[in-house]
Amino acid sequence: MIDTDPQPAVVAETTKISVRKLNAYFDKFRAVKDIDLDIPEKRVTAMIGPSGCGKSTFLRCLNRMHEQTPGARAEGAVTLDGIDVYDRKIDPVRLRRQVGMVFQKPNPFPTMSIRQNVLAGHTLNGLKVKAPNEVVEQTLRAVALWDEVKDKLDQSGMSLSGGQQQRLCIARVLAVEPEVILLDEPCSALDPIATARIEELIDELKERYTLVLVTHNMQQAARVSDYTAFFYLGDLIEFDRTERIFTNPQVSRTEDYVTGKFG
Amino acid sequence: MAVNSTHTSKLYEQELGTLREKLLLMGSLVEEMIGKGATALSTRDTPLAQSTMRLDRRINRLECEVDELAMRILATRQPVASDLRFITTALKIVTDLERIGDLCVNICERVIELNEEPPLPPVADLESLAGEAIAVVHEALDVLVARDVDRARELLTRDDGIDEHYGRIFKQVLELMAKDPKSVYRATRVQSIAKYLERIADHAMNVAETTVFLVKGTDIRHYNRKHDSDAPPPPNESGTGKR
Repeated sequence: MIDTDPQPAVVAETTKISVRKLNAYFDKFRAVKDIDLDIPEKRVTAMIGPSGCGKSTFLRCLNRMHEQTPGARAEGAVTLDGIDVYDRKIDPVRLRRQVGMVFQKPNPFPTMSIRQNVLAGHTLNGLKVKAPNEVVEQTLRAVALWDEVKDKLDQSGMSLSGGQQQRLCIARVLAVEPEVILLDEPCSALDPIATARIEELIDELKERYTLVLVTHNMQQAARVSDYTAFFYLGDLIEFDRTERIFTNPQVSRTEDYVTGKFG
Repeated sequence: MAVNSTHTSKLYEQELGTLREKLLLMGSLVEEMIGKGATALSTRDTPLAQSTMRLDRRINRLECEVDELAMRILATRQPVASDLRFITTALKIVTDLERIGDLCVNICERVIELNEEPPLPPVADLESLAGEAIAVVHEALDVLVARDVDRARELLTRDDGIDEHYGRIFKQVLELMAKDPKSVYRATRVQSIAKYLERIADHAMNVAETTVFLVKGTDIRHYNRKHDSDAPPPPNESGTGKR
């Protein structure tokens, strides 16, 4: 009887985003502490941890949205395909097209139609779209919304259900052809069916995009992600394959959190 | 936010505690059965064999209760990590314990049949095989309670010796039947009892292997097994996120 290696030998992943010594502050408060993390390309990486652990702040540092908050700043290095996103030459607006974001609450532009919402990333940035109809159809198909809305593209985005609105928001992100999609609790305002649809979509999207997901729903992290990072009080406690985090975590604080021993 | 040693949900903690208690109760009943079965064999005590068989009903009932509770916890709590390993191993261990109970019933049935016949000349070392089976079951349950991986591994090394012991008994019984055809009815019963004891020891080994998985999360069964997996590779330095 011998032990077998539980870790299959496979080639290493390609890193899409590399984070080194990242610290994020709200004025003097350090919300994210010395994080080193490599996010693999075309995989889903989930961030879990209790409220206030720094996971959303970390996420917002990846596309420089954190610095939009008054008094907030980030220090350290975040590189996207080897390019430092905090370099002075980098245009944050352009970066945010490359690294798109989906939020907790679906937020279609209320005065815009479904079609205008999909194209908002272009129009609001003064970019020309060569074939707008094609972009609209393609991206709405990619989020499995086309069949449901193709006959009412000129109606308000607000006329859709919560789940449809969230898929519309994802379509809006996809329309500007990003490489990375950040999802900040994208299903927390949705019912179980709409949640299942978004989860299925996440699984499809990872064939083309790198996805980073912040979630309070641990079962969701376990279901949809390939890797999971556990944050606590601003520290990255453990980062490993999701399967391992949820069956045999190596750090006792992770174990305590995922098994519900925090309180 | 503080880290507790117990679950935030007291009810969940209670459910896990109940599951643990039922499993251990099953273990102690199984030990009682095999001990009494062996005594009934060595003392040719039919009433003891009959009363021992009745213990199996309680074991069967507990098996169903453990299954039901484990299913309920899986459905309502979505356990992960060590909790998940505990629930899934509980489901496996009850099956092994229930099978040991059934094998004890089989031993008692054969003992009752043998007791209706004149005694055979002493065959091989059946009583000492029973002693070994009792010892490994006891050790497997101790190892489970103590969550002692080293002792579990040590226990697993004893399986080959028990198999060889069974092989020797089988051969001797065969020789006895060849020499004295009138002994066939009794000899086949003795041979069956030896087989049951060997199978009981196998189930004890399963409990030891399961205990290793429970504690370490490492599956040590079927060591020739190849690992085929679609799972993504580990990050380069587990726990730090660095590559």
